Order: sequence, then C-alpha cells, then structure tokens
Amino acid sequence: MAQTVSITVNDVAYEREVEPRLLLAHFLRDVLGLTGTNIGCDTSQCGSCTVLMDGIAVKSCTVLAVQADGSSVTTIEGLASDGKLHPVQNAFWEKHGLQCGFCTPGMIITVVDLLNRNPHPTDEEIRHGLEGTLCRCTGYQNIVEAVKHAADAMAA
Amino acid sequence: MATKTLGASIKRKEDPRLITGEAKYLDDVRLPGMLYAAILRSPYAHAKIKGIDTNKATKQPGVIAVFTGQDFKDLPALPCAWQADAGRIQNNVNTPRVLEIERVTHTGAGVAVVIADDRYAAEDALGLIEVDYEQLPVVVDAEKTTFADAPQIHENAPNNICFDWSCGDKDATDAALNSSEVVVKQRVVNQRLIPNVMESRGCVAQYMPASEEYTVWMTSQDPHIMRLLMTAFVFGIPETKVRVIAPQVGGGFGTKIFLYPEYCLMAALAKKVGRPVKWAETRRENYIATTHGRDHVTDIEVGAKRDGTITALKVKTYANLGGVLSTIGPGIPTTLYGRMLSGAYKTPHIYCNVLGTYTNTGMVDAYRGAGRPEATYVVERTVDLVARELNMDPVEVRRKNFIQPGDFPYAPADNILAGLKYDSGNYEKALNKALEMVNYSSFRKEQEEARKNGKYLGIGLSTYVEICGAAPSSWIGVGPTGQGWGAAMWESANIRVHLTGKVVLTIGTQPQGQGHETTMAQIVSEELGISMEDIIVQLGDTLGTPFGYGTYASRSAAVGGMAVYNSAQKIKEKARRLAAHMLEAAPEDMTYEGGRAFVKGSPDKGKTIQELAGAAALAYSLPAGMEPFLDDVTYYDPPECTYPFGTHICVVEVDRDTGQVKILRYLAVDDVGKKINPMIVDGQIHGGITQGVAQALWEGAVYDDNGQLTSGSMMDYAVPKASFLPTYELGSTETLSPTNPLGVKGVGETGTIASTPAVVNAVMDALSPFGIKHLDMPLTPEKVWRAIEATNM
Repeated sequence: MAQTVSITVNDVAYEREVEPRLLLAHFLRDVLGLTGTNIGCDTSQCGSCTVLMDGIAVKSCTVLAVQADGSSVTTIEGLASDGKLHPVQNAFWEKHGLQCGFCTPGMIITVVDLLNRNPHPTDEEIRHGLEGTLCRCTGYQNIVEAVKHAADAMAA
Repeated sequence: MATKTLGASIKRKEDPRLITGEAKYLDDVRLPGMLYAAILRSPYAHAKIKGIDTNKATKQPGVIAVFTGQDFKDLPALPCAWQADAGRIQNNVNTPRVLEIERVTHTGAGVAVVIADDRYAAEDALGLIEVDYEQLPVVVDAEKTTFADAPQIHENAPNNICFDWSCGDKDATDAALNSSEVVVKQRVVNQRLIPNVMESRGCVAQYMPASEEYTVWMTSQDPHIMRLLMTAFVFGIPETKVRVIAPQVGGGFGTKIFLYPEYCLMAALAKKVGRPVKWAETRRENYIATTHGRDHVTDIEVGAKRDGTITALKVKTYANLGGVLSTIGPGIPTTLYGRMLSGAYKTPHIYCNVLGTYTNTGMVDAYRGAGRPEATYVVERTVDLVARELNMDPVEVRRKNFIQPGDFPYAPADNILAGLKYDSGNYEKALNKALEMVNYSSFRKEQEEARKNGKYLGIGLSTYVEICGAAPSSWIGVGPTGQGWGAAMWESANIRVHLTGKVVLTIGTQPQGQGHETTMAQIVSEELGISMEDIIVQLGDTLGTPFGYGTYASRSAAVGGMAVYNSAQKIKEKARRLAAHMLEAAPEDMTYEGGRAFVKGSPDKGKTIQELAGAAALAYSLPAGMEPFLDDVTYYDPPECTYPFGTHICVVEVDRDTGQVKILRYLAVDDVGKKINPMIVDGQIHGGITQGVAQALWEGAVYDDNGQLTSGSMMDYAVPKASFLPTYELGSTETLSPTNPLGVKGVGETGTIASTPAVVNAVMDALSPFGIKHLDMPLTPEKVWRAIEATNM
C-alpha cells in the first residue's frame, strides 16, 4: 500500500515510500529525522507543528505526507541561512519571545508567514495572526514584541 | 571580564538551540532498536475489570507484545510522597498501579499496553484489545462524594474521605465570629483546571541486562526524585541502578513533578522485551491521564467590624483529589493552601478545615501556584465581599487590614503558618504604585459616568502575598513537627573552574522554560567575575549532577540559586588562599573582586581567576593541605521561606447584552525581591497572569455525571489565544528578602496566584449595579448574561 512521494525539505529533495495515512509531521520527524517540528495536540489546535509548504504556513499534523508530494517544505531547521539566524528567530531571542521553546518552531514559522502577508502588522493584527498557534508560557506579550522587532528588522 | 551581570536583562543562553529546532525534547529521543508503546485506557470512570483478551491485538502485524496489569502484579502501587500531616493524621491512601488490575476509578486509567515496531501499529492494536468491564456508580463532585448516598470508591476511605485536615484555632475563630459586628458568608468554587503544557509527557526506557542498569528519559521537573521514588518504592532496586535523564522539557507547571505509572511501566517493559521502549503521550491522554489542578468547593465565613477591620476568617474546603492520589496530591490543599489564608492581612483569628476527597475523576495535584492560588482566591474575594457588605471601597478595607512594614517578620494568627514568618514586605507601597498607574480616583469617576450611559466598567484588586522558596527541611519534611513532605527541600550546586578558566556549573534544579542556564550562570558570573560565555550550566541528568529536589514552588532562585551563590563564595575563599600562597602574602590580607584575588589596597598585586584555576589544576605548587582543582559542591537548606507580594489591578467592561467580559487594562506591581534577570522575571509574570486570567474567564474542566471529561481536548478546553489578552502593564517594588544574601524571593507562580481574584473582583465590581455579589468561575458570557437576566434589571 506504500506510495512514493517526492518532497523537497529545506532545499533537499527526498523520495520516500510512505503509508498513505502518514502525517507530514511524522514524515518530517520520523522518516527524515527533522525533530525541530514539534507535535503538541491531536486536533490541529496548537500549531506547534506549523511548517511552510510552498511558502504557506500549514499545520503539518493536518497534512498527509502524500498531499505534500511535489511540494517544497521549510521547517525550523531550514530557516537560518549561511549560519545567520532568520530575523524572526533573532527577534524571538532578543525579545524573550520563548520560554520552554516547545511551541517556538511552529510559532516562528507562523510569524514568518504572517510577515510575508503583512510586513507591518498592528498589535491587533499580530494577535489575530497568532490565533492558530498556542503558547502556554509567555502570555504572548513578548511574542508580539518579537513580531514587531522582526518586522522592523526586515523592513530595514 | 564580566561587569555587572546580576540584575541585568541578559539574553538567554539556552535560546539558540530552541529557536533553530536543535533542542531535543523527549519525543526526539531515538535509540537503535527502539519500540513504541501505546496504552489502553479505561473509557469508564468507575468499573471492575472482569477480563482482558489480548489475543487479536497480539497477532496484529508490527506488534511485539501486549501486556496487562496481571503481568506486573508483583510491582506495588505507586508511592504517595506527601500525605497531609503525615504520621499525625490519617491519610487513606490509594494510588495508581503501573496498569490497573481489578478496578479503575477514573477514565484514562491504564489497563493494557501494546508494544510495536512503530507508533501507528501500536495505536492500531489498541482497538483490538477486548476488556470486559462491569460498570459501577460514579461520583465526580468534591463535596457530593461525601454524602451518604454517594458510591463508595475505596474500601479504606469511608465516605470517600482521604483526610480531614485543619489548621488555626477553631474555638477562638468561632468566638470572634460570634462577637463580630458583621458576618459575611459565601460559597466559592475554585474549578478544576487542566494544565495543558505544550509538550505532553513521555518516557523512553532502556535496560542493560549485563549491568542490570536502566536509563530512563522522562519529561521531568525533578529527575533525582523520580529516580529515588522508582527505585526505592516501586522496583525495590538500588538507586544506583537507574539513571534518569530529563531532556529539554517543554513546560511543566507542576504536572511533571510526579512519578506516573507510565514511567515505571516503560522501565519494566524495556526489561521484559529487551529493547528500548518509548511512550509519547498524546494530547488526549494528557487531558485524561496527566494531573489536573485546583477543584475546591469552599464555604467562607468572615467577621468584621463596621469600620472594615476583619476579625476572623473561617474556611471549610472540600478538595477533590481524583480517583487515586498523585505523588504529592494531599500536600497541595493542606500545607500550601490553609497555611496561607491570612494573606496580606492581620486577621486575628483563622480556622481552616479541609476534607480531601476521592471522586471518579483524574488525579489532582500541583498546578502553577499549587494551593496558593486557591488561598489567594479565598482571601481576596473575601476582602471584596466585606467591602461590598460594608459599602466601603475595597482599597480602604485592604489598607485597614494590611500587615505593616514594621510588623515583619510576621507570624500569621493562630499559628496557621506552623512556625514560619513572612520575611519582609511593604504591601501599601505596592498598592499605592498600582493605584497611581491605573489612576484609581479618576477611574471611579469614569465608571460612574459610564454607568449612567448603560456601560458597565469594573475594577478589581488583588493584594496578594504568597510563599516561595520551599523550604526549610525541618519545617516541610518528615521530622516530628514537619508538614509531611516525604523528603527534604535543600538544593545543591557544584561549581568547577577548569584548568582553562571555564566554569562548569551543575545544579539539582530542573527548569522547564524558566531559563536556569542563564540565571544560575549570572550568579556565578557576578560573584566570580567570569564572563557569561565562559560558564556552562549542566542539569537534568542524575548522572553528573548533585542530588537536588527539582524545580517547582518558585524555589529555584531562592534555594537553588543560593546553593550556587554559596558555592561561589567557597570558590572565592579557595582562590584567595591560593593567590596568597602564589604572591607570598597573608591569606587574611587578600580580597576577591572583579575576577581577581589581590592584596587589599594593592589591586595590581593579584592573580586572575583564570590564573588561579590553572594553578589549582596543575597543582605543582599548592599551599600545604590544599586539594588540587578549583571545585566546590554546596548544599543549601533555607532558614525560612520567602514571601513575594504585590498588587494586581484588572479593569473590565461587561457587555450588558451579551455578558461578554472585556479586559480593558491589566496592571501588575510585583515585589519579588532582587531580580536576577528582569527580562526573565517579566516573562514569568506575563505567563503567570495569563494562566490566572484564563481561570477567571475561560478555562474549566467539565466532567459529566458519568465521569466523562467533556472538556477533554484543545477543541473543548479554552487555552487562551493571543487575541484574548491585553498588553499587561508591569511595575515593581523591591523589598529584599532578609533570609538570603541575594535578597531573592521567587517569581514563577506570582502571576497565576495574584491574577484570578483581580479579574473576578473586577467583574463583580462591574456587576454591582445589578446587585450581583458573586459568580463562580469561569465567568463565561453565558454565565454572566444569565446572572444579569435573573436580576430582571
């Protein structure tokens, strides 16, 4: 029953045989060993597993690996380039936008997507934009600060 | 060379691995040959297990083995390590087994386990196990479970009462109530909460038959305690045979303090099947099998004079412990609750009685704040109820009853704190600062105007005090007057300054997001004058860290941090003696500052810590009797607890037509003593406030009459989203704790402890034109709307 999928992850092309029911999240974590993408719930609420699929944020627990066939996926491991942190990663560090760090990979990917769509969001737009991703530690305040910091850095 | 690091908002050392996906959480642990376990859990809240047929499941492709409780009947039930007043009152103890054998007392109890090649195969096979249950009657309510017609859950606990605990002076309190000018009575419910750590629990266990040793990775706030409990109380093997590793831990909030059945089960399975086994808890399992918090039903009786002076407080609480006891369940609604019922006030007489009860619900144990949020909720609601009764401003009632700066150290009345004393405080100062920030008097005018226009604004205060830095071992522990905690509560630190001058600090505390790798390093950096980059903090592994009790109860800075501080002093002392030897000076003439030991008054006559570390390690010329290497292990047992305090103020608007509560402003003035890293302190406060606000407005576990958790997923339970919340306005005052040289108090739980009553008080203030005095949480739009409608106004 296995099916072959070709998925590019963080600019590396992979071809693997997978069960049709395999979630993209498990494909990334268990098949490719990219464990930076975390899984926080069973019901697509928490957003910890968010990755970019063809540039759009998706919850990888709600996408089958076979649905991602032919697509290009960016995970948290693929965000930094040339040894330099992505401005959003850097902003989370600068502004203390994380504590336990478990939601952070999904949160950072969500913010990358948010700023792609809206490079200069208001506080309200940021808070609305984060709705699909839950954080239990920060109360979101420093995440909002980090998003603003990243937006400024990316505009500069 | 480092300059001032203690007190600076330094970026966290742990973050680079967390923001890049490099960090390894439990489910990221992979071992060669590793198998996956899935646990079959009871769908019934109360049932006899009449038989389990595992045949079909065993034959499923990919399945290695299926086991039931019968396969582990030689293992005892798990220990309950904190029984209320252990040894002095009866605790009718019932705890979970690794898998239940005869009976289940809550949904989610494990009854069988599948081990398979991968997690999909393991989950598939669960559905093929047939369990023959005989359902029994169910009770879920903390108080109703004690009624005569309630089903009996455990033979050894008549009326489902686990313990009957009290503190304070009943007769004196009754007498004071009888002679009080006014008495207010109110029942309040502190609803059950589900902690919802973002990383669910998990465990990987490996057994090495030749050495008969286990390595167990687990999501833990206290790996040393886990090892102690597993070896001494469950497996009956030497402690030396188990190594526990807590990898990166994704939040804890209390739930990862405890020894759970699954951890022991995985270790037992690893031995049985001869391969490493992993269990990664699903979110659904996290809802039904991980501990919950709160769940109190409380009757308050408070006496006061007409001028607002509180004369007595009497509290009766039913505390729901669940179907079986978690590791420290009974300690939470007793010591950590009743003993803090004086709050920030000089209440002259207090009596508290707590019945800890069994029900057919999940286990209840520490959740962020652990007993103190429940106490603070009672006290701060009570003050507002008194103010309402007397038609006084709640600010004035607070001022009238505050413990004053000159009263410290302060022993709350009727020995309810069992010999401890509040260390220091200036409650009015924090209150004044918060009132100034919110501009209280002008708000009251604005509120009055708004009401005329049918707009309902409310303001609520919480002038809390809490207890941190647990704890003096003689007070909390197993001694003749101790609180029954089954161990001690000191902490440890080991500073090693290596030959190259770089520092390895190992500690016994175990963060879950608090940033100890940064803050503990800041203490070392400040004291030894070594730059932050040259210090690494290692933790989370029983191999290579000194024994410690772990991270909870806001104790890591005030207890663990002091072990680090004291260790640094001893390193400095050795550095001074070595420098004296090298410089041919008298040791008593030497001082240490800024990373150098030098002759007092002659700063150029000295040696750097790096030079001294090198000399100590190379050891070719040491003073007589000095051991080589610059190394120290320190254990610190605090002389007192610490008592952070402050004022939180919430401003809300209640929509008359929908019952919707909108938070307009939220201000917090916290006094947590000396801040090691203000950025981290603020982050703790933000997160803490959010959890407390969420209890007030949105969160609540709901069990139906059959004991089914109907709020059992993130679809059904309201974990707050960013858009629910305002931007918090923080202020602070600094009153050092005199109990330790750094003056630190603790901050991990203050926000959660303080915020819940501030929000509820604000909503009740907004609803005062309707004559509504109290509503139980969560204050959902439906509940508020119905209450307004019922007034016919």
